[in-house]
Amino acid sequence: MNKIHVKTNINGDQVEFLADSRETLLDCLRDHVGLTGSKEGCGTGDCGACSCIFDGELVSSCLVLGVEAEGKSIETIEGMAGQEDLHPLQKKFIEMAALQCGFCTPGILVAAKALLEKNNNPTETEVRYWLAGNLCRCTGYDKIIKAVMETAKDIRETA
Amino acid sequence: MQYHTPSSFSEAVTISNSADGLVKYLAGGTDVLVQLKIGNNSPDHLIDIKKIPGVKEIALREDGGWTIGAAVSGVQLTNHKKLSREWPGLVEGMELVGSAQIQSRATLVGNLCNGSPAADSVPGMIAAGATVSVVSSSGTTEVLVEDIPVGPGLTNLGTGEIITAVNLPKRNKHEGDAYLRFIPRTEMDIAVVGCAVNLSLENEVIRSAKVVLGAVGPKVEVATPAAECLLGENLDENILSIFSDKCSELAKPISDKRGSEEFRKEVIGVIAKRAAKKAYDRALGNK
Ligand SMILES: Cc1cc2nc3c(=O)[nH]c(=O)nc-3n(C[C@H](O)[C@H](O)[C@H](O)COP(=O)(O)OP(=O)(O)OC[C@H]3O[C@@H](n4cnc5c(N)ncnc54)[C@H](O)[C@@H]3O)c2cc1C
Ligand code: FES
Ligand code: FES
Repeated sequence: MNKIHVKTNINGDQVEFLADSRETLLDCLRDHVGLTGSKEGCGTGDCGACSCIFDGELVSSCLVLGVEAEGKSIETIEGMAGQEDLHPLQKKFIEMAALQCGFCTPGILVAAKALLEKNNNPTETEVRYWLAGNLCRCTGYDKIIKAVMETAKDIRETA
Repeated sequence: MQYHTPSSFSEAVTISNSADGLVKYLAGGTDVLVQLKIGNNSPDHLIDIKKIPGVKEIALREDGGWTIGAAVSGVQLTNHKKLSREWPGLVEGMELVGSAQIQSRATLVGNLCNGSPAADSVPGMIAAGATVSVVSSSGTTEVLVEDIPVGPGLTNLGTGEIITAVNLPKRNKHEGDAYLRFIPRTEMDIAVVGCAVNLSLENEVIRSAKVVLGAVGPKVEVATPAAECLLGENLDENILSIFSDKCSELAKPISDKRGSEEFRKEVIGVIAKRAAKKAYDRALGNK
């Protein structure tokens, strides 16, 4: 199989990898770039564990081909925390125990961050709909939704 | 699988016509990548149309209608205030497709060409009287959206025929559309039944109507006899009940795990009635 050379930007770094045309962006992130924070729960767009920001937009990276990343910029969970500090959402998730096994957490954090960047005052319903593409088999969602609402509140208060 | 990134539709047509094996196009990829994953209908050639200039544009034509590029995503439609105001039913159909993650990628054209009888954006496009521009080696033609699907997973498009855009007619005053579907959950599910209605009024009386039923037959179907019940009427309870029965009668659903035939026939009547009311209110200007 001849591989395709892909040059892209991930979390601010120029990255190159060789991809088979059928490989998903998720496969490429995990297997070629070594960024294993994005998870594969389903591989078919249903669970959101693979959520990334692709060209400024929230996507399921299992539904993007690796070769589509050429010339694009991608943000993954690995780019979420600052040099020193965790992102406010990450801190709040820990503080409020909004995770159990943690498999869904990277995807949920990436998706929640995308929401709060467009709307820092979402209603609970808006948060629930926005996260409808992120499945969690452990928490029952309540703590997740509360943590996102609380973070939004903190962001508004410090803004 | 060979991955192609043509920079024009004519180049895409040439690649398609000279390729051997199964050819597919990559718009948002939310159907194609799932098929790749499960190894179902996996293409030998995948032609990514997103590098073609203009495919992500929404443009107002001189005649007052809209041209929506083949790779315009659900999010782009939702964020387009003027288009959403003129065609709320069409936009809400597309908005129902998947999650926020899916909305960033999924397109009207992909939804149409995947050929699902339950495709949520297709009834709204047909009700709107939308056409698609189809390019092939013999030039570009404009085809009604309703003439594209022919059965589950099947379209009328031949080898080397590619959709470049969806065209909506000019929106006039006192017109309104709506799309509603029934799903057992609140989000992230496939329509058990769906219905789009597009109306135009004159002194609050329905002058023209288009009614389209989804998920109750092998393809999305135009329900002309149901639309005819509405003509010359004000949409009172009596007419709505005749209309609802007509939609149930016209529906030819199958029974499957998501709903029996009887259930679907009954629910399509209810959903159609609500969609008609909503379209009527919008045409009156009451949202
Ligand atoms: C988790 C999930 C949830 C979903 N929920 C829904 C839902 O609620 N309702 C619903 O209707 N659908 C749903 N879908 C299906 C899918 O998202 C939609 O059908 C979507 O609109 C497809 O658009 P796309 O751009 O991603 O298509 P693609 O996958 O890019 O393409 C789909 C088909 O269209 C063809 N095609 C693409 N562009 C062209 C072109 N320019 N000319 C000719 N042919 C072309 C391709 O060859 C392919 O066969 C869901 C999918 C997932 C993964
Ligand atoms: S792994 Fe991508 S959505 Fe589940
Ligand atoms: S914490 Fe286990 S899946 Fe969400």
